[in-house]
Amino acid sequence: MLRNSPPGDADIGSLRRRATRLRRHMLTMAQGQGQGYIGQGLGIADVLAALYFHELRYDPHNLAWRDRDRFLLSTGHYSIALWAALAEAGIIPVEELATYGADNSRLEMSTLDTTPGVEMIGGSLGHGLGQGIGQALGLRLDGSEARVFVELSDGEMQEGSTWEAAMSASHFHLDGLVALIDCNGIQADGPVVLDMEPVADKWRAFGWETSEIDGNDMVAVVGALVDARARNGKPKAIVLRTLPGKGVPRVETSEKSHFFRVDVAQWDGIIAEFENSVGANQ
Amino acid sequence: MSGAAGEAGRTLAMGQDEAVGSGRSSVEAPFGRALTKLGKARSDIVGLTADLGKYTDILPFRDAFPDRFFNVGMAEQNLVAVAAGLARTGKTPFATTYGVFATRRAYDFVAMALAHSGLDVKIVAGLPGLTTGYGGTHQAIEDLALMRMIPGLTIIDPCDATEIEAATEAIAEHRGPVYMRLLRGAVPVVLEPGYRFEIGKARLLRDGTDVGIVSTGFMTERALDAADTLRKQGVSVGVLHVPTIKPFDADAVAEFAAGVRHVVTAENHVVVGGLASLVVEALFDRGIARNVTRIGLPDRYIECGAVPTLQAKYGLTTEAMIQTITGSGTAP
Repeated sequence: MLRNSPPGDADIGSLRRRATRLRRHMLTMAQGQGQGYIGQGLGIADVLAALYFHELRYDPHNLAWRDRDRFLLSTGHYSIALWAALAEAGIIPVEELATYGADNSRLEMSTLDTTPGVEMIGGSLGHGLGQGIGQALGLRLDGSEARVFVELSDGEMQEGSTWEAAMSASHFHLDGLVALIDCNGIQADGPVVLDMEPVADKWRAFGWETSEIDGNDMVAVVGALVDARARNGKPKAIVLRTLPGKGVPRVETSEKSHFFRVDVAQWDGIIAEFENSVGANQ
Repeated sequence: MSGAAGEAGRTLAMGQDEAVGSGRSSVEAPFGRALTKLGKARSDIVGLTADLGKYTDILPFRDAFPDRFFNVGMAEQNLVAVAAGLARTGKTPFATTYGVFATRRAYDFVAMALAHSGLDVKIVAGLPGLTTGYGGTHQAIEDLALMRMIPGLTIIDPCDATEIEAATEAIAEHRGPVYMRLLRGAVPVVLEPGYRFEIGKARLLRDGTDVGIVSTGFMTERALDAADTLRKQGVSVGVLHVPTIKPFDADAVAEFAAGVRHVVTAENHVVVGGLASLVVEALFDRGIARNVTRIGLPDRYIECGAVPTLQAKYGLTTEAMIQTITGSGTAP
């Protein structure tokens, strides 16, 4: 939320509850169409909760605030998670979530920048990091302290444009740029098809101050974000090891499908399972 | 992507390639001059290149405004993505590279990062068409056709130094993405001092009734010279200069064509998908039946060689144009 200085200590319990609410919103969305990128969304829910309800400086009533922190969702098909966060932040109406993926809905399965709160058009992967660099350069020219957070995926690391961008970020010393690399181990053709380990070493080699954490552990996420605040001449990379479908047992254990589709009849069961597991863990 | 492009030690002047020039006066690096002047007036103007600053006349801007110039190295997709990000913070980025790389290599980024969002990025593209002898990898012979297909993208192919300077200012004022071909080095001055450039507007430079040449880019210079020569032979040749490929001034083209017996198109580009196709579409859509002779490059990659030789071989010189026009039965 709107802040003029780094936020105080995080309320981990509160952020965990936020993440649960985001997950609940995502299930609502996926149920609407019977399908969606629910696995990816659930996996990134903890990170988005930490960003939108603790780390990012923004004003939900003034999305054009020049000194807002920018969040770029390079993996456009994670839009289900972004819509959940924007709804929870009061930027889009919660009632609208049921239109996810429907005709004429502005809550597309891939992000369009005409939807409020969206900083780039997603869909064609490998675009976000370079655009984040451009934003960071522009902000620095204006003397702004605003930071730029770019979420990208392990699959996007296979696009060469990601590395063009990675090289330029450290060259330009963009220490207000944070890359959040969601390594959920899946891509369109199943488990990650190109051997990319060691991931963190690659980012370090490109000059990024890099950490590697369990992206579903709120304490670790918040800690990594705190460390990433340092304006020390190096861009920051946080390698997130996440579980697709995290928080919803049936999605967690399903065949690691990139695009999740189930019969209408099965959704009630999935949601009931989720609510049970939430009740058990709160 | 290229080294010295075979031109190290020679002035990077298209017009200086021996027989290609017409003896006109020239201006050195008009784009660089115009951008620097803009940069003084407007603090939102920023410049970028992908390791081709020296070869795209943008170094004067860099020298004047080092903090507002970014060289992303040999990375054209990143060039466009970074420019997009800068535009989103309210800057007006001018990003230079060669036409071949801006179009082929970075196409997805121009389309999805720029045009889909209507961002104010101006791509300025060197080595248009057959202005280099360095072969197919560097000759942007199909860029106009490729970029035509991008909704919302404005496309300019300027004729001379005057137009480059005027167009640079005009595209900076224009809200939306632009692809502008660049002539570099010592660029001839062809258009009259009173010439006014306006995005989207064709300009009638010569009246004629027998043959009407619709031309763009540096081919307008050749068209004017051809028209003047043919006039002395009793052939009445008009010239319509169409510097804006998109949005295309179809009405002006139709009106021009209606007033002549035979239409000739002339572009520094393949004859498929660019100016020739636009003209044919415009005439057909309006039910104007004319024979159209297309002057331009054939649908194949051009070999390496000296630019004057290649331009003569492929019909782009004034002499070749005259032969095409008189030989095709278009002249009475």
